[in-house]
Amino acid sequence: MSGNPFETTFETTNEEQYTHDRLEREPERYELTAAAPYRFDLDRRQFFKFLGAGVVVVSVLKAAVAAQESGGARRERGDSLPKEIDSWLHIGEDGRVTVYTGKAEMGQNIRTSLTQAVAEELQVPMEKIEMVMGDTQLTPFDMGTFGSRTTPTMNLQLRKVAAAARDVLIGLAAAQWNVDRQRLVAADGMVTDPQTRRSVEYAALTKGTQLTASLPAEDPLIPATNWKVAGLSAPKVDGRDFVTGKHRYPSDQKLPDMLYGEVLRPPTFGATLLSLDSQRAERMGATVVRDGNFVGVAGASSASAAEAVAALRAEWKSDPQPSNKELFDYLRKNAVQGKDPSGDGDRYDAGSVDSALASADHRLQKTYTVAYIAHVPLEPRAALAKWDGDNLTVWTGTQRPFGVRGQLAEAFRIPEERVRVLMPDTGSGYGGKHTGETAIEAARLARAAKRPVKVVWTREEEFSWAYFRPAGVIDVTSGVRGDGTITAWEFHNYNSGSAGIRTYYAIPNQRIVFHETQSPLRQGSYRALAATANHFARESHMDELAYTLKMDPLEFRLKNLKDERLRAVFEAAAKQFGWGKKAAPGQGFGMGGGYEKLGNIATFAEVNVDRKSGEVKVVRVVSAFECGAIVNPDNLRNQIEGSNVQGLGGALFEAIEFENGKILNGRMSQYRVPRFSDVPVLETVLLDRKDIPSVGAGECPMIGLAPAIANAIFDATGVRLRSLPLVPEGLKAS
Amino acid sequence: MATIHLVINGHTFPVEADPQASLLMVLREQLDLTGSKYGCGEGQCGACTVLVDGRAQRSCITKVGTVAQKEIITIEGVASGGQLHPVQEAFLEAGALQCGYCTSGMIMSAVALLKRNPNPTAKNIVDFMDGNICRCGTYPRIVNAIQKAAKVMTEPAAGKAVGR
Repeated sequence: MSGNPFETTFETTNEEQYTHDRLEREPERYELTAAAPYRFDLDRRQFFKFLGAGVVVVSVLKAAVAAQESGGARRERGDSLPKEIDSWLHIGEDGRVTVYTGKAEMGQNIRTSLTQAVAEELQVPMEKIEMVMGDTQLTPFDMGTFGSRTTPTMNLQLRKVAAAARDVLIGLAAAQWNVDRQRLVAADGMVTDPQTRRSVEYAALTKGTQLTASLPAEDPLIPATNWKVAGLSAPKVDGRDFVTGKHRYPSDQKLPDMLYGEVLRPPTFGATLLSLDSQRAERMGATVVRDGNFVGVAGASSASAAEAVAALRAEWKSDPQPSNKELFDYLRKNAVQGKDPSGDGDRYDAGSVDSALASADHRLQKTYTVAYIAHVPLEPRAALAKWDGDNLTVWTGTQRPFGVRGQLAEAFRIPEERVRVLMPDTGSGYGGKHTGETAIEAARLARAAKRPVKVVWTREEEFSWAYFRPAGVIDVTSGVRGDGTITAWEFHNYNSGSAGIRTYYAIPNQRIVFHETQSPLRQGSYRALAATANHFARESHMDELAYTLKMDPLEFRLKNLKDERLRAVFEAAAKQFGWGKKAAPGQGFGMGGGYEKLGNIATFAEVNVDRKSGEVKVVRVVSAFECGAIVNPDNLRNQIEGSNVQGLGGALFEAIEFENGKILNGRMSQYRVPRFSDVPVLETVLLDRKDIPSVGAGECPMIGLAPAIANAIFDATGVRLRSLPLVPEGLKAS
Repeated sequence: MATIHLVINGHTFPVEADPQASLLMVLREQLDLTGSKYGCGEGQCGACTVLVDGRAQRSCITKVGTVAQKEIITIEGVASGGQLHPVQEAFLEAGALQCGYCTSGMIMSAVALLKRNPNPTAKNIVDFMDGNICRCGTYPRIVNAIQKAAKVMTEPAAGKAVGR
């Protein structure tokens, strides 16, 4: 990007290092370290063609995508984040501002919130700003859009860059007028000298200039209390394109001469292809590719490609596999030694749990489980791939464009420089679109067909061949004194992950262990990760303890809670909810809350249970949330409401059923997701802490809901449910 | 294969298609009208909703041969002459979308609902819209948007075009 009139560079921030450290400790991001989905047979000589002559040591068996987690073959996993960054913001000669970020938009509305941040610091109207996002050729490297990191890191970085740009413009005007820069003011796309009342537009300053600048050391950011654009509910910047059908999602992409690709799926997970008869499919005019275990076709339409796949005759070898009936035993039986969650591994110890348990007035030991669930992004995975000689371009819906670039480079044994991945704003992800299966499939077919190929997964493929939110078993053992002080806390999580595993209640004696185990299904990141499972177990158990002690659940929590920010959300939600009122027959109230991804949430739920029919209806949900200084209040409410609605599914009825390597309910008609009629009254209380840096909000608001509902069902019925989903078939059947 | 005359957004398109093919795929692949989305392929999610003779229909399970010569409206035909339909305006005002992938189908269903019932209650809206899935969970905002649109469309002196 050299030669741009304006460039800035900056160093890796502590925030990024923090993110990286966190990610190293979230083992449930299984998809990031999984083996490559396909291994194609390439002519060995091509290595030299792509990499140049010399000695090449090829470690083909290397566990694949691990390196891509931190950006590709050039960087090993565990390295610090890259320090060289090409370009972040450009002000053109016409005064238009172009911002480059590797982050990706899939409904969180960061295209809008990041535009607001730049508009605020650069003092230009939002409509003058264009965001170039998630394009590996144009945007700086980015690990991926996940972990609620855009607001605490990218928003801050872009604000710094925009502030530096504003500084440069003021400097240009000062030089032009030969006045002290201190007296100049930037506002509304212009630099003004209040003394002479002269003004000059940014465009006039940038015209004919070629200037680069680095970020100044001092922090010139506008404090949140003075925000005029950031902090307001700006509407979605390109909303009109979405309500008119004009926006082109990855699955809407089209190129001249494009073919439609379909992949032949094995009958079971992990099956090996023994033989293939593709004569009929080929006679139908389709391009058929068999490469290792991969079999795919490309045809002139999606219908003809599907017909050609149906005409393939394949023989597979399958191995017996566990079913969901034996899942939880299986997870326990296959556990490996737990590690330390505070350091390199997944284990945390404090004080002496065993002696504290022995001397406790009351002890409680309970087990909680969570099922595998599917992300069900309404837009299935999709990719359009095009080869131009040895250069590959792929448009695809992924939360990790740079990660997918690495996967493609590895799959085709070409340098990353020859791969460009572009991410058009996508039809949601929820943690489910971190990997590049469709990109690889489309690229493999395109190479064989010598034409661009688009692959869009069917809903059935999405349900079976993506990855799932990990299932898990959680054992909790606790000890309390008669006055309600928790003295001992032992917590073992098998498989679901370590996000949110540490307790925020002040307990002197703790043993907290994450146990890695074998998963019968492919699993990976899901919005809020294991914080949902861990909070479900912890906050349900807190309720059980309160009941044992005959204490009010809110009072019991507050007695053991020292964290002021968390106390504040519990108290705010309780107030809004009207905690303390008496429940009518069939009615129940419950709460859950916690801390995750630097945000604080408390969720209170009201349910109605019809004991005759067993129907459980969530009637009302009150959420109090605090994520530092609020960037866009309406979008924040939207994210919190969405977290609650999506969270309802996993709390009440979503579960993947499987048997012997097959998904049994892998269709929209068989897997229930929340609909209009499931939605309770949602009330949101926002605590705006302008004195605390802004953090993300896409995940944390989800974690309090499931325990709040479970606790409310107990309040209504006396029935304690310890498995998610709570009532897949109503209360009687569960 | 047969030549089928489709009347879409006021224009007639002769298409060469298998009459058994889904209307959705013909719209998307042959006519490049990609505003209608694939979500499930079995009429369960509503992302592919279009109007056929004024009624909401799931184009993914509609055989193209059954809608020849009928009046089809897709999301691309809802605004008129650069003027957004009140339902589209209301979705923007209410912030009733996140990723927006369900939005086309939501708007088409809402337009059909308001044709049938210009003053729906919240319950009427929930009942009618229950076949449309928003995985991002913006349902309360969509209900709000439809109520806003209903209000605008039934105001006697709105002074604005009220769509088709």
